[in-house]
Amino acid sequence: MEPIKSVTSRTVVIPLDDIDTDQIIPARFLTTTSREGLGKHLFTDWRYSSDGTPNPDFVLNTPGATGAQILVAGRNFGCGSSREHAPWALLDYGLRVAISTEIADIFFNNALKNGFIPVVVDATTHAWLLENPGVEITVDLESSTVSIPGREPVPFSVDRFARYCLLNGLDQMDFLTQHADDIAAFEARTG
Amino acid sequence: MKSLFDKLWDAHVVVPQTAETPAILYIDLHLIHEVTSPQAFDLLRARNLKVRRPDRTLATMDHSIPTVPVSSLAELDVVSESAAARQIRQIMKNCEEFGIELKDFKSPDRGIVHIIGPELGATQPGKTIVCGDSHTSTHGAFGALAFGIGTTEVAHVLATQCMLQRKPKSFAINLTGSLQRGVSAKDIVLRIIGEIGVDGGTGYAMEYRGSAIGPLSMDERMTICNMSIEAGARAGMMAPDDTTFEYLAGRELAPKGGAWDAAVARWRELPSDPDATFDREISLDVSAMKPMVTFGTNPGMVVAIDEAVPAPSGNDKAFAKALDYMQVEPGKLLAGTPVDVVFVGSCTNARLSDLEAAASIVKGHRVADNVRMLVVPGSQRIKNEAEAKGLDDIFRAAGAEWREPGCSMCIAMNGDIVAPGRLAVSTSNRNFEGRQGSGARTVLASPLTAAASAISGKIADPRQLVD
Repeated sequence: MEPIKSVTSRTVVIPLDDIDTDQIIPARFLTTTSREGLGKHLFTDWRYSSDGTPNPDFVLNTPGATGAQILVAGRNFGCGSSREHAPWALLDYGLRVAISTEIADIFFNNALKNGFIPVVVDATTHAWLLENPGVEITVDLESSTVSIPGREPVPFSVDRFARYCLLNGLDQMDFLTQHADDIAAFEARTG
Repeated sequence: MKSLFDKLWDAHVVVPQTAETPAILYIDLHLIHEVTSPQAFDLLRARNLKVRRPDRTLATMDHSIPTVPVSSLAELDVVSESAAARQIRQIMKNCEEFGIELKDFKSPDRGIVHIIGPELGATQPGKTIVCGDSHTSTHGAFGALAFGIGTTEVAHVLATQCMLQRKPKSFAINLTGSLQRGVSAKDIVLRIIGEIGVDGGTGYAMEYRGSAIGPLSMDERMTICNMSIEAGARAGMMAPDDTTFEYLAGRELAPKGGAWDAAVARWRELPSDPDATFDREISLDVSAMKPMVTFGTNPGMVVAIDEAVPAPSGNDKAFAKALDYMQVEPGKLLAGTPVDVVFVGSCTNARLSDLEAAASIVKGHRVADNVRMLVVPGSQRIKNEAEAKGLDDIFRAAGAEWREPGCSMCIAMNGDIVAPGRLAVSTSNRNFEGRQGSGARTVLASPLTAAASAISGKIADPRQLVD
């Protein structure tokens, strides 16, 4: 994995709470055996009308969203299923960060393992970001802060191990395989 | 003063967590299926890794498998979309290559992954159990620590039988009282999610406890633990007891003879100590509970069947969007709303007792003309047991479709879908937008409520129909 230090981008805002992984990537696209190419199906049922044409009211179809890498969403983003296809689809589309006041547990873990940064901020900052779509901000992993023009840097919490892996482009599998002796000892002890 | 969760966690720590690193947690049982495993096997191949413990890995095909009879791959190609058929072939190839036992579409043991684990006796108290599926919390009903994982973690567990985890906080859900007639385990868990919200369990491992649990069957306990993830919880669990042991005794993969006695003695040590503490607790009396129905687009948007749909508070865009999507109005009852489809199935409610409950309502009646009713047993064994009891005849005589086992219309990956705009009363676990088909509207309910709605042709209170 490529090391990730920070992401600077305009934001795109979907101000809805409880956006579930079935919206991020509907189950009918999970028959794939690849992790590639899911971006075209991201938010499909919101992005496209039933006749397949882009829904002009959906934020990702608006001119300001082009090239944006930071998604600001309502509370409890990524709830629902364990499908890792959700961060795969977000990344393949070109998004690299999701900011909310709360991010669902399995999605959070899946995101970090793929270099998609889940950022939980305080309610005041979140409300400001919701009200100011398209502002250019920086999510800095090294300092674990969000920099917003004209505001104090906002700290966010990220597991130190996950951050270390992302900053150095390390795969967590390596950490596990390095503990093969501990695992063997555990198996010998517990049967 | 350890809780059940503490005991399960502590017994599986290979390397403890520190400020810098998460714990390495050992996994006793890894369940895999065709949808979330292909990319994990690719990760293993790319790194030239083997599956560390094929003997602790159990595979089946459930999500994209058709529910019409299929006896060969050639037939599968005819009834399935090409991508779904390719996915089925891929898990066969992967299990063959990595030496994993696969309960394939011809196996008498096949079924929904969270149904066959317990059925085979692979699910046991004291175990850590993971699967690339969020409803893995089902297995917590046996006093196991069970949770859903992503595909990268599936690869971790395949290669090392371990995963990296930070210990979640603990949450006790105390349940007292006894259920009234016509009210079921599904109603309990929907009520809990309505109480704490779809993120109420985020960051927690939940233990359901209290005097209401003891009288519940394993089927009922599994229904409750199954939906823990719908409250956002990492896991949901219940202490094992004699009901648990009676369920497991004699099953193929359960311990036998002296090993059984030793296991039961161990399992009896698992319940939370009397002085165990929890990071959060709530208490609910199940005696006051009623049949529950969801009105919105997540499982927390739920009311009792005789309660009106609430009005959105303030500027809640998601709530307003949900009511609009569902075409429901605040202040009105859901009961009486015309129904297009009734689905009885899924890892939440496709066990024998669920099918019996639905059949008890349907027996001697006809499914209303405006309704398509699909009954999908959770496993091949359940299908066989149900047929031995004549349940298939009851459903067919009523005009319902009796299908082969699988996830089916819960996730709508296999061709079993609800058409756009149609309203389905479903015994499954998710009423998200489009979950049962693009544009489909889902009302989650118990098997009793679903069956009552099927024969009424509209959302109906089962209490008026149970004898």
